[in-house]
Amino acid sequence: MHEISDLIACEQCDAVFQKLSLANGEIARCTRCGAEMDRNAQQRRNHLLPLTIASLIIFVIANTFPIVEMELQGLHSQTTLIGAVLSLATEGISIVALLVLATTILFPFMQMLILFYLLVPSRNPDNPLGHRPGFSLLIRVMQMLRPWGMVEVFLLGVLVALIKLSNMATIIPGIALWAFCMLTVMLTVVVSFNPRYLWQLEESGQ
Amino acid sequence: MLKTYRNIATQDTADNMHFNTATSMGLLSCHQCGKLWKGAEQGERCGHCNATLHMRKPDSINRTWALLIAACIMYIPANMMPVMITSTFFESHQDTILSGIIFFWVSGEWGLAAVVFIASFLVPLLKLASLFILVISAQQKSPWRQLERAKLYRMIELIGRWSMLDVFVVSLLVGLVQLQGFAQITAGIGIVAFGAVVVLTMLASISFDPRLIWDTETSHNDAPQIAISEITSTGIAAAQEST
Repeated sequence: MHEISDLIACEQCDAVFQKLSLANGEIARCTRCGAEMDRNAQQRRNHLLPLTIASLIIFVIANTFPIVEMELQGLHSQTTLIGAVLSLATEGISIVALLVLATTILFPFMQMLILFYLLVPSRNPDNPLGHRPGFSLLIRVMQMLRPWGMVEVFLLGVLVALIKLSNMATIIPGIALWAFCMLTVMLTVVVSFNPRYLWQLEESGQ
Repeated sequence: MLKTYRNIATQDTADNMHFNTATSMGLLSCHQCGKLWKGAEQGERCGHCNATLHMRKPDSINRTWALLIAACIMYIPANMMPVMITSTFFESHQDTILSGIIFFWVSGEWGLAAVVFIASFLVPLLKLASLFILVISAQQKSPWRQLERAKLYRMIELIGRWSMLDVFVVSLLVGLVQLQGFAQITAGIGIVAFGAVVVLTMLASISFDPRLIWDTETSHNDAPQIAISEITSTGIAAAQEST
């Protein structure tokens, strides 16, 4: 078993191509099925760490403050994301509560933490961005989590719920709603980074 | 900027291009880090990242079928059972996915009705239908519209998650509308089935291997078997095309 380093196979149709070196920002697509095969991710990678840290901070804000407050004939009610999950769980449909917890809190949080750990420079001066313990395992976990983080879908869900309620009650958007809007924009950039490219970057020592 | 790689393919006529695949060349590609290996056995570990090497996703067709059938079964209660129960002082009122959409439509919120209709009704239905087409055609090794099928697969990967919308809407309403005795929203059992449909179809599309779309009978028989040594010795140059 030996490595063929000058060829590349398309992940989606198995066609084999000669590998080319890509300039910054260039993307290589398969000529047979059109799937993205390779890209020069160096520039993206440099933006990724600050974005991940910012996302983590906003994530905490989005989950500690109420998303929305409702007023109906003098009665007040408000909820955070975790509050909604708990309401579902106490009603006995804990399986849906678990699904919401995983897709909106747990998985996005894990993705951000793993990315932070893999990207933050280490103190070793010879190898500032070198191989971390658990590198391959964590990349595998990130690949698995990727389809399941659904913060942007949740944001749309919040908007639909608000319009639905605005017919019968007064709705006051909370801080967390704005935080979720910002988080969605930032996570789109962070999560669209394919963790696979970390292998190349790690290999090239950058 | 876009760069296209040139396949190391033989071209008998201008439009009839045979693509060499990793399988036809006896190579295994690592699905984790993308490295190509020669002389590797199925189930062996990638020398670079230690992931298990497979020619295709293991048992792809069977797993996709199982998850797809389960999703179809759950699709019925997901649409028949109430997803949300609104109880006010005077009355109690049950909503299914479709009655929620109709409510938006008749109350004049057409844009919203369209969004929910697409995300909660159209997307799951199209996804189930697409997966059926993909898995049946892959099973028969059909050479029919391969490029369109590859694009269809990428599309359902992209839009599948959006059908989770209704699960989030219901969760939020349940969390918010808890005015004891006055107005209360509780989740109905339908939302469990609906969530199951979304999760099962997502799992089905993950377990489907898009490379099976291209594994046709003809492509295996006709594709010229080029050995690696030939490629390097004849020095087929990689062409760069910028578009």
